[in-house]
Amino acid sequence: MVIAMSEMIVITCEELCPDQFTNLVRRDTNGAVVTFLGTTRDTFEGRRVIRLEYEAYEEMAYRKLEEIRQQLKAEFGVEDVAIGHRIGVVDIGEISLVVAVASPHRSEAFNACHEAVNRLKHSVPIWKKEFYEGGEHWVACEDHMFQERTESSPEPLAAPADND
Amino acid sequence: MELSVRFFALYRERAGCSVASVAVPEGATVAELVASVRALYPRLAPPDVQIVVAVNEEYADPETSLHANDEICLIPPVSGGD
Repeated sequence: MVIAMSEMIVITCEELCPDQFTNLVRRDTNGAVVTFLGTTRDTFEGRRVIRLEYEAYEEMAYRKLEEIRQQLKAEFGVEDVAIGHRIGVVDIGEISLVVAVASPHRSEAFNACHEAVNRLKHSVPIWKKEFYEGGEHWVACEDHMFQERTESSPEPLAAPADND
Repeated sequence: MELSVRFFALYRERAGCSVASVAVPEGATVAELVASVRALYPRLAPPDVQIVVAVNEEYADPETSLHANDEICLIPPVSGGD
């Protein structure tokens, strides 16, 4: 399926350059540009993270990112939104996500940028795997709900208590 | 009918493949497909975890009817960004 892609949405294995996204949304009609960078952290719940790997269902991820872009423009009245997501291996301290939002006034730009990241984490099919010293795990997947249970023991009928 | 089903991330690793052909009755729903996939790959997810399915690049309800040429993907909990 051919998807009409906006240049404002990028999914790439290459390093992300924040200026590229900031410049994509800049217009003389704007008084504010907010650019958010998501960077990879060296610890997770006390464990030392060595590197991360991102995997995407690319066709749908593009579609969902474009959907978020259009929603934010309509709901917040911002002039434009550009989003870049890196996939593949991302070393510690590198940029995995760039969201740039331009608006006539700063408050809409800040709010739309915050909301972009929140929505992205809920609906865009991109997954993150963290590699530790001595282990690895898919973030959001391998929590207590997804732990493999011993196959010989029958499943309890009641759902397990939510420990969160 | 035979449906082609793609796996990503945790599901890909647990299934041991990126794509599988799954036989379901004509007009089967997403819920019926998930049951067949679970039978083929019991390790995918515990029974009390709902498996999310995308059909033709949109999240699909369990009662959605499937067709032979649909693009079907099993979607583990997402965690993009940072």
